[in-house]
Amino acid sequence: MTTFINYLLQPLSYEFMQRGMLASILVGIVCAVVGTYVVLRGMAFFGDALAHTILPGIALGYLVSGGAREPLFWWALGTAVVASLGIGAISRNAEIKEDTAIGIIFAGMFALGIAMISTVRSYAVDLSHFLFGDVLSVSTQSLWLILIFGGLVLMVIFAFYKEFMTLSFDPVLAATLRLPVGMLNNLLLALIAVTVAVSLQTVGVALMVAMLVTPAATAYLLTHSLSRMMMLAALFASLSGVIGLYLSYYLSIASGAAIVLTATLFFMLAFGWKRIRRI
Amino acid sequence: MYPHNHHEADQPILDVRHLTVRYNGRLALDDLTFHLHEGERVAVVGPNGAGKSTLFKVVSGVLPPTSGEVTIFGSRPGGHVCIAYIPQRSQVDWNFPVSVADVVMMGRSAKLGPLSWPHKRDWEHVRSALETVELSKLASRQISQLSGGQQQRMFIARALAQEAELMLMDEPLTGLDTPAQESLLSLLDTLQNQKVTVMVATHDLDQAARHFDRMMLLNHRIVAFGQPDYVLQTENLLSAYGGRLRSANGDSILPVDDCCDDETHDHIH
Repeated sequence: MTTFINYLLQPLSYEFMQRGMLASILVGIVCAVVGTYVVLRGMAFFGDALAHTILPGIALGYLVSGGAREPLFWWALGTAVVASLGIGAISRNAEIKEDTAIGIIFAGMFALGIAMISTVRSYAVDLSHFLFGDVLSVSTQSLWLILIFGGLVLMVIFAFYKEFMTLSFDPVLAATLRLPVGMLNNLLLALIAVTVAVSLQTVGVALMVAMLVTPAATAYLLTHSLSRMMMLAALFASLSGVIGLYLSYYLSIASGAAIVLTATLFFMLAFGWKRIRRI
Repeated sequence: MYPHNHHEADQPILDVRHLTVRYNGRLALDDLTFHLHEGERVAVVGPNGAGKSTLFKVVSGVLPPTSGEVTIFGSRPGGHVCIAYIPQRSQVDWNFPVSVADVVMMGRSAKLGPLSWPHKRDWEHVRSALETVELSKLASRQISQLSGGQQQRMFIARALAQEAELMLMDEPLTGLDTPAQESLLSLLDTLQNQKVTVMVATHDLDQAARHFDRMMLLNHRIVAFGQPDYVLQTENLLSAYGGRLRSANGDSILPVDDCCDDETHDHIH
């Protein structure tokens, strides 16, 4: 027993592990709550595309600041907000199908980001951090940014709880109740954008969609209430963060991948449990 | 607060003048003119794709007219929260994680206003709406666990919680068994006693004739509007349905095409 506790406590003697744990718990909660709407509204592809689209913004910040990490949050945030509202506008007026238009833009922007980063000599290491996350390098300052902006996202979701629920369930009802439908839709896109920026260091752009959809989808299988779905999703996401980091520490695997794999395992267990119960 | 328009007392609840709607370049509604008085119950009948859903969406202020005018108690529908659009059951995500009471409470969103949570008074509205439609015992059920008739009644409860004075019901009877249809029709009587004005889109001409004060026969334009025996004259039906008519069992005439799911629906995003 004591050895097991030692196994749990030993990694926490490192400050970078403490910060990493905190960051992955906070990011997990924010992603899970916002992800509830991503899952219910079928926006998984949008979330994935948005995460990839911000790469050129991050790349520009990376080139301008000469490799420093702290300013990257602001570059990611700015690009994400512009990109999400831009993708939202495209999907409303596209002459080609919405998912095709998003696909073209996201792949193009992603390629542009890779091209920009590849002009720097040591690009391989840095690029992999942007793509797959590097939660163990989170600084105290980044932790504060995650806390402030993540908290802001949760507060807005809480404040507009009934509006977002009504709009997501029945947009025609929202319109006949004269709720500000356009404003609320854009607000939700902006919230997803802030969430993407907040999560950048934990899981990176390529794995971001997993944090948005996997814990929320796991919770969706297990409850029939929206508020409980949000809480369960937050629980699964933060557990995935903690367990994933331990796995990463003891098995020496990449932290972002370990977190996402743990979340995927939770999903598969919930899926299997539901199947077995039905038989 | 979200917008609420005042009701001018001497105005008809719904006044439609020369309403024309073009949708994706096609003429969906052509020069409709009619009005409804408070507490009236009107069935809207016509072939698939005749524009019934489009008419309801324009009247509820969700879709703008191309030309012409729609007024509710003397002003544009966009400022009113007294209009309820009750969707076809096939248009609803029944796996959405909400209970019956949650859905009915959504009807209160407008009266609640932004940044506020339901008060005791709002729960009272929800409770009495569920009582009216006889769903009180199922209030905490997830919505996919309801039968078709119960789902339809839940949406009427939501419209009651909204304090709607004009309810637009899109094919509420479609796909329900006879007992469920009967219980829905008796609920319409209750609504009429409460002075709620109701427009119902339906395929069943017989049922429309038996249970509604007036019928509107629609095929992009109003073919006939009035008492059922006037509307159901053969020449009107032929004009609306064209060749797709056959005479069934002597004097009652039913449209051959009684399928219902391929009507063009406009989704609002």
